[in-house]
Amino acid sequence: MIDDLTRQVKASMGIFESREEDDVYGLLAEFSNPSTLMHAAESVRERGYSHFDTHSPFPIHGMDRAMGLGNSKVGYFTFGGGLTGLIVGYWLQWWTAAVDYPLNISGKPLFAIEPSIPIIFEVVVLFSAFGAVAGMFALNGLPRPYHPLFYSERFKKATDDGFFLHIAASDTQFDQNDTAQMLRDIGALNVELIQDDGVADA
Amino acid sequence: MANQEHAHSTATEHKDLSALAADGSYDASPPLVTGNLAFDDITEMVSKHAEKKKTPLMWWILFGIGLAGSLMLFALLAYKIWNGVGVWGNNQPVGWGWPIVNFVWWVGIGHAGTLISAILFLFRQQWRTAINRSAEAMTIFAVMCAGIFPAVHVGRIWVVYWMFPVPNQMEMWPQFKSPLMWDVFAVSSYFTVSLLFWYVGLVPDLATLRDRAKTFWRKRVLGFLALGWTGANRHWRNYEKSYLILAALATPLVLSVHSVVSFDFATSVIPGWHTTIFPPYFVAGAIFSGFAMVLTLLIIARVAYNLENIITINHLEKMNIIILVTGTLVGFAYITEFFIAWYSGVEYEQYAFLNRAFGPYAWAYWIMMACNLITPQLFWFKKIRRSIPAMFTLSIIVNIGMWYERFVITVTSLHRDFLPSSWGYYAGTWVDVLTFIGTMGFFLTLFLLFLRFAPMVAMAEVKAVLPEADPHHYEEGDGHGTGADVAFIQPAQETESSPDTDPDDAPPPPDAS
Repeated sequence: MIDDLTRQVKASMGIFESREEDDVYGLLAEFSNPSTLMHAAESVRERGYSHFDTHSPFPIHGMDRAMGLGNSKVGYFTFGGGLTGLIVGYWLQWWTAAVDYPLNISGKPLFAIEPSIPIIFEVVVLFSAFGAVAGMFALNGLPRPYHPLFYSERFKKATDDGFFLHIAASDTQFDQNDTAQMLRDIGALNVELIQDDGVADA
Repeated sequence: MANQEHAHSTATEHKDLSALAADGSYDASPPLVTGNLAFDDITEMVSKHAEKKKTPLMWWILFGIGLAGSLMLFALLAYKIWNGVGVWGNNQPVGWGWPIVNFVWWVGIGHAGTLISAILFLFRQQWRTAINRSAEAMTIFAVMCAGIFPAVHVGRIWVVYWMFPVPNQMEMWPQFKSPLMWDVFAVSSYFTVSLLFWYVGLVPDLATLRDRAKTFWRKRVLGFLALGWTGANRHWRNYEKSYLILAALATPLVLSVHSVVSFDFATSVIPGWHTTIFPPYFVAGAIFSGFAMVLTLLIIARVAYNLENIITINHLEKMNIIILVTGTLVGFAYITEFFIAWYSGVEYEQYAFLNRAFGPYAWAYWIMMACNLITPQLFWFKKIRRSIPAMFTLSIIVNIGMWYERFVITVTSLHRDFLPSSWGYYAGTWVDVLTFIGTMGFFLTLFLLFLRFAPMVAMAEVKAVLPEADPHHYEEGDGHGTGADVAFIQPAQETESSPDTDPDDAPPPPDAS
């Protein structure tokens, strides 16, 4: 149950497990351009695959819908960060001025909200930004310097001008031959089998 | 009858336009990237400068100059810390002289980077992709230069941590009601958020460099910095959202930072400072000077690195328009200040402004007016907006003018205070002048290191604005109005049998499996 949940969360980050018996990590198919890649992603999803991902040098407009991904959850992390910032910024100024070291200056209130606004604002922005960046990396499962797809020489193009679709072996529908044939049918330029024993070697 | 005619003419017009669009003779906007570059060309053009083994001689010459400036800066800072603030020209009543002028000047320059990376992003100004990386780098380095001045100006720099809420043996805390404390929080938050924004933007490009790396150390260092980025769409999805949120956070942040900087002045009771127009006026001035600095740097960099097809003349022209707009805003603020001084009926306020324009510092005031309000008006002419030598000269003039603006605001307001017996004429010392020049050397050093080792153009973002990056580009015709483009991104669960799918575009029917 917990294992299953972990697997699902990891899959949402694009982290998939290899098949235990033969270390097969998945199939990597290259497509010619963003359009064909998007068609491919859509038909792969329509065939019921869920453990797959596309890799491109830039975000492709419409790919989230083609892959059936919902809205990103980074916003919640940002909100959490902002809320923390609000509490910290307020508490810091109130506690230091009114509790820890109260200074009576002409009988003025020890703490007032008005002059505290600028610092509260800056701290809210700072913590929200931490939330947005940390949340993004957490949801993406980064940093992850070791990645099985790096075994493919061709995959180096994914950050240059290559458009790839990867179907993981952990998908319930995955079949080495049938899936490869299906990828060729939907227009893959080439299909590679990626194996990963989980041990990094140089 | 009239209605029918109208409908008829609209229909014809529509048809004409679509016919024009279809054969490519009608194009509403010029291309963002010229020279028909492919994705790989962009990778190559940008990465090769960060990868080449041989550093150009010119780089070494400039780096030598920058390094000499940096060394001078650090020597003078040591000299100042050893001897105290007295080595500068500051004295009562001009307690704030060159250091604060330099601080505001540098922070203001930094703001253009955030404007380009965040505000133009929110406004979907896609032309920003060519220049945002270098503008953000400029922001970070400018804020570093800015931060030096207040840090050293506190006098006893070894207790500079008193500015931060650090528990200490005196059990005392900073005075959070002081605008100077607000400034500490604003500038340090700004620096941190700018750095995060810059790094997040860099990750996909560092991955590009990583995948091109040939040597042992390049592979490892870039592999570390790129965090294992693979360009996965599951990652792009969160990445884009996070980038959008950062832009949305940086936008109010940058406005708040220069507003808070202006509060340093505006919350005082000094005539000439105590004005409510300061926050918007300072923000406009910051954007104005920052764009001028971006222009100065990019005009040189695009030629030196052959990036004319990515940073095109159209980009430069757009920046010139922003300089024209913000320069006019700033000029308008100068005039408003004068009007309000007269209209307020407060004689101190009136004297401060008359003294500013016609007193002992009239020379500085008129340099400011000439550089910030008058000369940028030349950008009304398209020829000048598109002439490299003209815009380079004007960008330098704006930078000079904006330094003088801060000088005029700071010094003319202070040098004749409420007590005429302390009136005097302030001038910076040689230490003031050389420290300021030293920060320019420091900035040049950092910027050259950036140009040499980092991808200076956001490759992933430039690729994404190419027409080939749009999946619709590969459709027939212009990709709009054929009906086919609507169907193929339609998720399966919404249209079970998708009857309106064009048979050519539809994926082959699923196998019997």
